[in-house]
Amino acid sequence: MLAIVDSGGANIASVRFALERLGVQSELTADLAVIRAAARVILPGVGSAPEGMKRLQAKGLVDCVRGLKQPVLGICLGMQLLFDSSAEGEIASLGLVPGRVALLPQSPGITVPHMGWNTLDLKRPSPLLRGFDAATRFYFVHSFAGPVNEFTLASCEHGTAFAAVVQRGNFSGVQFHPERSGAAGAQLLKNFLEMPA
Amino acid sequence: MLARRLIPCLDVRDGRVVKGVQFRNHVDMGDIIELAQRYRDEGADEIVFYDITASSDGRTVSTEWVTRVAKVIDIPFCVAGGIRSLDDARKLLHSGADKVSLNSPAIENPALLGELAAEFGSQCVVVGIDSRAENGDYFVKQFTGDPTKTRGTRWRTVDWAREAQKLGAGEVVLNCMNQDGERKGYDLAQLKLVRAVLTIPLVASGGAGAPEHFRDVFRDAGVDAALAASVFHSGAIPIPKLKQYLATEGVIVRP
Repeated sequence: MLAIVDSGGANIASVRFALERLGVQSELTADLAVIRAAARVILPGVGSAPEGMKRLQAKGLVDCVRGLKQPVLGICLGMQLLFDSSAEGEIASLGLVPGRVALLPQSPGITVPHMGWNTLDLKRPSPLLRGFDAATRFYFVHSFAGPVNEFTLASCEHGTAFAAVVQRGNFSGVQFHPERSGAAGAQLLKNFLEMPA
Repeated sequence: MLARRLIPCLDVRDGRVVKGVQFRNHVDMGDIIELAQRYRDEGADEIVFYDITASSDGRTVSTEWVTRVAKVIDIPFCVAGGIRSLDDARKLLHSGADKVSLNSPAIENPALLGELAAEFGSQCVVVGIDSRAENGDYFVKQFTGDPTKTRGTRWRTVDWAREAQKLGAGEVVLNCMNQDGERKGYDLAQLKLVRAVLTIPLVASGGAGAPEHFRDVFRDAGVDAALAASVFHSGAIPIPKLKQYLATEGVIVRP
């Protein structure tokens, strides 16, 4: 069973629908036991980091998520929360991937939020990136992003390079929205579902 | 590098897609889901669904068809029409919409933009501006979905765009009314003016009639995305061909 962590944020339905299109049933849940027992877990999220952490705390999910041993995929804000901290609201987050999430720098010709279809700079091979190359485009919509470091599988460039796909142990994250990235996004979700546990 | 976006806009009325010229004389263009799927298959980068009479009728977008769209569509979509509260927005975002676009209600209650941004993040808060050229300047119009209810506002377009950004909007769709449905090209002068005061993405709307118009609006007005309706719906400009053309003209697009 695949659990989608019900962090109470907006747009969680889209992830579930994307999995349905792949023929995969999922359970949207905040039940600690259900999440711990799931074969795989998705941590979605749209909105601000402080609100996202507050919701996880309110539902007692912080330690639960931190302690998961099965493959976990953070999406968008869900990925940002995997890092140590965020400049958005100056908060501590889950601390599963080192680094601090920061605001993307705006400049002439570089609008923020980073909104639209962008390519990846593939840095390390991973089953999660199977089928993608430098021309594959994914849909991004965010203003904050994590730093590129040794846990970055792929980076993206928008004014500055930032972490687009991260992985540390069983925790992975994507800054883009696979559920809204057409065929490439469906492939990413498929890759996650097929990753060795 | 980030690709410029092409966005078909589906005007929705009573659950069907319609199109009028300068917001008048609407004709039926087809079923929402069918058209959404067609655009997804053709390579649209995003879709906007605009319930054209929701605002003037005093109601909001129906979540019923938003959920149906979210189930079948795997590209982002934005919904617009009569969204006037946090609760309206929450229902639509929870139904699967990626963004909500506010027009008249944002003018009546600008603070709502900040509340939406704080709750959901500014990336899903779009402000639609209907703007008309008058006496050498540009002014914001309201309730443009129904010509009998359309009226002016106190806002100069440039001032309102700047204010909306300050309050928390994450994107502006600028609909240049003088151009809408006329197919004579986007209003480059006006779009350039608004582009210059914004750091958030700007979407051009109104006037697309030929592939060159898209090239010009990306190259000369520097917009992030171009929205169009009739030229896409009628098949006059197929999106795959338009993207090929733009790529040969040096505009970065998603193939």
